[in-house]
Amino acid sequence: MITLPMVLTLSGVLFAIAVAGIFVNRKNVILLLMCVELMLLAVNFNFIAFSHFRGDIAGQIFVFFILTVAAAESAIGLAILVVLFRERKTIHVEELDTMKG
Amino acid sequence: MFTEILFWVFSSLLVLAALGVILARNPVHSALWLVYAFFNSACLWLLLEAEFLAIVLMLVYVGAVMVLFLFVVMMLDIKIELGRGQFVRFALVGALVAGIVLGEIYAVVKVRGLGLPAMAAPVPHPADYSNTHELAKVLYTDYVYAFELAAVILLVAIVSAIVLTLRRRAGAKVQDVRAQVAVRAEDRLVMVKMDAEKKP
Repeated sequence: MITLPMVLTLSGVLFAIAVAGIFVNRKNVILLLMCVELMLLAVNFNFIAFSHFRGDIAGQIFVFFILTVAAAESAIGLAILVVLFRERKTIHVEELDTMKG
Repeated sequence: MFTEILFWVFSSLLVLAALGVILARNPVHSALWLVYAFFNSACLWLLLEAEFLAIVLMLVYVGAVMVLFLFVVMMLDIKIELGRGQFVRFALVGALVAGIVLGEIYAVVKVRGLGLPAMAAPVPHPADYSNTHELAKVLYTDYVYAFELAAVILLVAIVSAIVLTLRRRAGAKVQDVRAQVAVRAEDRLVMVKMDAEKKP
């Protein structure tokens, strides 16, 4: 039988891997976006798990909206990336320092 | 018991795929590993009786978002090389932070307990239970306002993606419809009065 702690642990491991990925791939913006997608997936796991184990469908509704917003976010993010590459010919994070952050 | 074995198989494959996403040297391989991660997640969501969302994950994510990712990765033609020492340094910091995050999550789940034993085993739904039906019943009644907001967000995303990537290249041959419509006969046509034949 699947138990709630198993799913929560899986979600935590997935989130931690995504956080590590942001550090490992900090040169490449596309990989950072992919790591953000992984994080959202881990969060969705929590929602689905609690929805399943509490018998409350509202959690799945939230996952639905998170998927919508994540799709919009990645579409806009990739559009920004394409424009950035067209302007600067690079998507190296370290060379994107126009704003002196 | 069988579902538990399936859970372990899919979750270990999911962790493997996630590691593949962050450790692959080639961004295209990362995107493909991410597709595999989404696939395994969809299988796990099926096990957790979220059938509609599992299908949506496959259709929307694998079908649309990841294709977009692959398209951009291949179009941009990026070559970002990390030195070996640099990679090890980044990986150490990443592992440290990931360990801290994991420890914190574990501490919260463990210490608070979250009443976890109390919700150990939900009753499985009968065979004629429709997850899509139940989801729709709630989505179109209690959450209809949020649903419309989601539609607006998608519209804004479409418009902004198009506006961001639209460009006018100099020298491209395009019609200017406004100028075509606004033209008048006297702009194009000149009436010349002249004699039919030369005067003697």
